[in-house]
Amino acid sequence: MNIVVCVKQVPDTATERKLRSDDNTLDRDAADGVVNELDEYAVEEALKLKEAHGGEVTVLTMGPGKATETIRKALAMGADKAVHLSDDALHGSDALSTSYAMAQALNKVGFDLVVLGSESTDARTGVLAAMLAERLGVAQLTLANKVDVDGTSITIQRITDYGYDRVEATLPAVVSVVEKINEPRYPSFKGIMAAKKKPVETLAIGDASIDPSQVGLAAAWSEVVDFAAAPPRAAGTIVKDEGDGGAKAAEFLASKKFI
Amino acid sequence: MTVDRLLPDQDAKDLIDLTREIADKELARRVDEHERAETYPDGLFATLGGAGLLGLPYPEELGGGGQPYEVYLQVIEELAMRWAAVAVATSVHTLACFPVHAYGTPEQRERWLPDMLAGRLIGGYSLSEPQAGSDAGALTCKAERVETGYRITGNKAWITHGGIADFYALFARTGEGSRGVSCFLAPGTAEGLSFGRPEEKMGLHAVPTTSAHWDGAVLAGDRLIGEEGQGLQIAFSALDSGRLGIAACATGLAQAALDEAVAYAKERQTFGKRIIDHQGLGFLLADMAAGVDSARATYLDAARRRDAGLPYGRQASVAKLVATDAAMKVTTDAVQVFGGYGYTREFRVERYMREAKIMQIFEGTNQIQRLVISRHLAK
Ligand SMILES: Cc1cc2nc3c(=O)[nH]c(=O)nc-3n(C[C@H](O)[C@H](O)[C@H](O)COP(=O)(O)OP(=O)(O)OC[C@H]3O[C@@H](n4cnc5c(N)ncnc54)[C@H](O)[C@@H]3O)c2cc1C
Ligand SMILES: Cc1cc2nc3c(=O)[nH]c(=O)nc-3n(C[C@H](O)[C@H](O)[C@H](O)COP(=O)(O)OP(=O)(O)OC[C@H]3O[C@@H](n4cnc5c(N)ncnc54)[C@H](O)[C@@H]3O)c2cc1C
Repeated sequence: MNIVVCVKQVPDTATERKLRSDDNTLDRDAADGVVNELDEYAVEEALKLKEAHGGEVTVLTMGPGKATETIRKALAMGADKAVHLSDDALHGSDALSTSYAMAQALNKVGFDLVVLGSESTDARTGVLAAMLAERLGVAQLTLANKVDVDGTSITIQRITDYGYDRVEATLPAVVSVVEKINEPRYPSFKGIMAAKKKPVETLAIGDASIDPSQVGLAAAWSEVVDFAAAPPRAAGTIVKDEGDGGAKAAEFLASKKFI
Repeated sequence: MTVDRLLPDQDAKDLIDLTREIADKELARRVDEHERAETYPDGLFATLGGAGLLGLPYPEELGGGGQPYEVYLQVIEELAMRWAAVAVATSVHTLACFPVHAYGTPEQRERWLPDMLAGRLIGGYSLSEPQAGSDAGALTCKAERVETGYRITGNKAWITHGGIADFYALFARTGEGSRGVSCFLAPGTAEGLSFGRPEEKMGLHAVPTTSAHWDGAVLAGDRLIGEEGQGLQIAFSALDSGRLGIAACATGLAQAALDEAVAYAKERQTFGKRIIDHQGLGFLLADMAAGVDSARATYLDAARRRDAGLPYGRQASVAKLVATDAAMKVTTDAVQVFGGYGYTREFRVERYMREAKIMQIFEGTNQIQRLVISRHLAK
């Protein structure tokens, strides 16, 4: 089975994240880049499927040159090779154009199954799996907490408020995963050394037949017009319980229009 | 605080990054709970083994990491910064692999080392006996030759990871005198081998230390490592390396204590200023930092000599002496920095001080280190 796992480099949530003042896009140089957390679960699931069914795992990342660091991490975990879609023309792409560019890359690379995280920690639109499936003309199975492949059919389980859904489709397909699905492995020291020798193919937009007029900041349907830092948190109110603590707490909540 | 390390190459940097990631996620998050409840961290050593951290200074052909001591010891130090007991057990496991690697036949190495170095088999080191600690040559546990191998009878003491480890580097008597001790690779499941209740220790609570009782268990002949009678030589050369591991553990522990103390001293206010800004306390912290840095410099110097193929026994003893004395002083002073709070179990510095004490005792007490050093001087 030919599995492609989509891995996004995001700014470390533990560091301060900023937008650029010139074009209001994310300042990717300002923070340490790390693998989007859910994408580690996607890599783990892809590796498990490969271990069970054979085949190959390819990492696909769209991002600036710096994103090679996160590609190496996915390779160190055990993926076989990587495709890095990287081009200045892609800077500022919104979700629609990102899905277009990645779909073009996926068509070029070829796949039986595409595995994604269900959401990134920076943009958090959570739409990419659906958009990719639509563009590729294959089934979408989203928010999976369990994946089974049997021949050419794939079944996922999705937790819901009332129990869980079982969704079945025929390969090829796009799957997005949630963190309940598995426990991502650590890379091993040997895996890290081996990753340095694994092939990483870099694609510019021309290599993936991506139309430059459909990507980048100029083509974006959504535009960030302005932004401001979140206001610092105001000091809390301390309610001392002198027998009337409950009433005071309720009063406070009412004053904030919570109750 | 992240220690700014001098490392020989990018691979070593990647290894330290991997160690930090695992240590932050798997050690730092679990240490308080296990040290308090005195429970063993099930599965943790399998994780360390899977990541390749349990065979670092051994050759890659046998499944090791092919790392120099200079790098391996800094990995141990990073582990010790989060969890001393786990770092010590890792160092002891590495020590337990030493006899097979250095003195085993090619068949013995190929048969056992891949599983040992990958951490699929966890090792213990069984030299001490109730009456034979510093005076290891006074050991009496017997290994008698029988038709199928060696029959082991006697009592061993103080085994780190005792009862849990899968194999033990065991030292027992096949004859008289200092040339009468032999080394064996004993399986932990040998019939006729039983372990005592874990000792009730001052620290290192999460990894048990036990005695072992050998009641006529028979080890196959191919479990003898090296020649008959070569045991003490093997034990002492293993300990030269093991001491460096303990020096690294002590350095990591001291670093952790320093970090906690500095952070606290920047927060705590008395007489209208941060306590770090009172010169009397700032100088205490400065001495602590000097202790940590000199401990690291000393063990790394010995390690680099070892890596260069130079004699390093004296330097290893100096490193063990300097680093463990520094750890005792630094952790004691860290409690001082915390004042009354430091004397409570609310804060990690209280545990660090208890953990530091053992570093001056095992793998040769610091009196024995001085004995080794002075004998080198008298040569
Ligand atoms: C702060 C911020 C706000 C934004 N707001 C908007 C907005 O409102 N509307 C809009 O259209 N765009 C927005 N964007 C742009 C957005 O970052 C891109 O469209 C992005 O590449 C895809 O969106 P996502 O990360 O939200 O994807 P999600 O759907 O949240 O991500 C799901 C999965 O898709 C995969 N994936 C996503 N991006 C990549 C990639 N580059 N390479 C490989 N795999 C990937 C990963 O597996 C990920 O787990 C915003 C960006 C930022 C930084
Ligand atoms: C937690 C823990 C884990 C351990 N793990 C292991 C293990 O995994 N494997 C193992 O084999 N052993 C292990 N040990 C044993 C340890 O190495 C011994 O306790 C140590 O070597 C000291 O021996 P002893 O306790 O018999 O003390 P003794 O040898 O009885 O020493 C008592 C005191 O006399 C001093 N002394 C002794 N001889 C001299 C001398 N010639 N000159 C000056 N002073 C001297 C000593 O320094 C010490 O202060 C462990 C011990 C502990 C507490």
